[in-house]
Amino acid sequence: MVGSSLRRIKESIIRNIFFFIGLASIFILTLIVVFLFKESLPIFKVVSIKEFLFGQYWYPTSEPPEFGIFPMIVASVVVTILASALAVPLGVLSATYISEIAKPRVKEIIKPVIELLASLPSVVIGFFGMVIVAPFLQETFDISTGLNVFNASVMLAFMAVPTISSISEDALHSVRRELREASYALGANRWETISRVVIPAGLSGIGTAVILGMSRAIGETMVVLMVAGGAAAIPESLFDACRPMPASIAAEMAEAPYHSDHYHALFATGVVLFLATFVFNLIADYVSNKYKQTGTATL
Amino acid sequence: MDQKRKIKQAIAFFFIRSSVFIISAAILLVIGFIVIHGYKAISWEFLTKQPTDAMTKGGIFPAIIGTFYLTLGAIIVAFPLGVASAIYLSEYARAGRVIRIIRLGINNLAGVPSVVFGLFGLALFVVFFGFGSSILSGSLTLGFLILPVIIGASEEALRAVPQTYREASLALGATKWQTIYKVVLPSALPGILTGSILGIGRAAGETAPIMFTAAAFYTTKLPKSVFDEVMALPYHIYVLATAGTHIEETRPIQYGTALVLISLVLGVNLIAIILRSRMRRKHSY
Repeated sequence: MVGSSLRRIKESIIRNIFFFIGLASIFILTLIVVFLFKESLPIFKVVSIKEFLFGQYWYPTSEPPEFGIFPMIVASVVVTILASALAVPLGVLSATYISEIAKPRVKEIIKPVIELLASLPSVVIGFFGMVIVAPFLQETFDISTGLNVFNASVMLAFMAVPTISSISEDALHSVRRELREASYALGANRWETISRVVIPAGLSGIGTAVILGMSRAIGETMVVLMVAGGAAAIPESLFDACRPMPASIAAEMAEAPYHSDHYHALFATGVVLFLATFVFNLIADYVSNKYKQTGTATL
Repeated sequence: MDQKRKIKQAIAFFFIRSSVFIISAAILLVIGFIVIHGYKAISWEFLTKQPTDAMTKGGIFPAIIGTFYLTLGAIIVAFPLGVASAIYLSEYARAGRVIRIIRLGINNLAGVPSVVFGLFGLALFVVFFGFGSSILSGSLTLGFLILPVIIGASEEALRAVPQTYREASLALGATKWQTIYKVVLPSALPGILTGSILGIGRAAGETAPIMFTAAAFYTTKLPKSVFDEVMALPYHIYVLATAGTHIEETRPIQYGTALVLISLVLGVNLIAIILRSRMRRKHSY
């Protein structure tokens, strides 16, 4: 009897240990929030939140300094929207191909290839954008610099495609077979079945995929740091240089003296970026739970 | 009428196939350019020597070593935490609010931008704990970054273990922990290790998280302790390509370093893919 109750105590201790380690992700996420806010709050003694978010000028080292990140917010929004405009059709269509059209043998090649794209380090994509795409754009369009909004958007799109493609493919793949068969039985051809039955049935998963792809694009750092051109002004054309938020942080953090206003302002930019991706992820989570698939598998 | 439907389908399929073609072509283009320009730079000296002449000549040995240490450190941090989290999620947790919140936490952690991890690592490890810019700070930051990858892969591996294994063990009088330790974990181990390999690939290629926490522009000496700064392959590419006065001159070194980095990352991923397919053949339950 003593042995069995000892055993029970031991089991419950082990269970609790795993429970606490299971909370590690939430603990880390909390730490991230706490330290981002802690390091960014002092800047709001210097500028108001409104001035910070909507201020047009970013001169962190001038006298007096200006801490307005509006141009960076606009740049982030612009490159993210343009990148999505490219990545969403490419991602969803390639997912449709893999899930609905490709023969098994072709599928076995295409799927790993797209996973390969996901595993390419962002610094390599950024490097490619800098040394190959930029000079090409400069010559083709006869512009002053190839490091601009357009280049950054294209490179970002390729970083977002694998995310969108693989999650969309899961969603399409989990649409029940019976739905397809019913559609064929009614005389629909393959494209009609795909466009009117399969894609609508997988729409919540595709929605999740798109949101997570955009989240990936807005937070991606090395590509925009190397390719966007770096000008802290609101871009007026596709071929203007710009500086999205991650680029601003990465480029200046090394030079910002510890606990200076500049340092705090960069952390505050990090908070804005973090909140943007946090909201994207919450929406993605909500969409995938609210509109649960009518398939056997879930996301 | 039927003709019209057929044409519509043909047009739609054309666009679908084009999209796959565009993506594949882009990947080949990126890898192709790096290989073609990079292979000339690769030599035994390049891989095993220090940079010289203000990094315009010589090798990238310190960057390779630095990336090795940082990645090793990240795995040491993330592996135990990730596998234990996955054991809780797959073996202990019951469906309900707690598991929902934990999953939301993991998904959000996976979505945190890499530069924000860099800021976090700077604030917590470099400054607050006083580790300075070091292997330790960089490894912890990268470890937290890849934690969701390890959890996801481990959980998938644990869930793939057939329920009958657990039932058989419990029926023999084993406790839950004995079942997990002696039955479930050994069967899931190959899958867990494969997932961890993917984490290694991710950690090796990240730049933004180590920029303010570990990476040195240039060091002549190899690291002696976990409190030393190191050079790292991704950061080396970034630095050579964007900073300094020798950007054009060091182009071959940049390509060479990029080639070494993608060989490393793609090689690691390839190993994972091969292991995975081998495992599936071996364990066809």
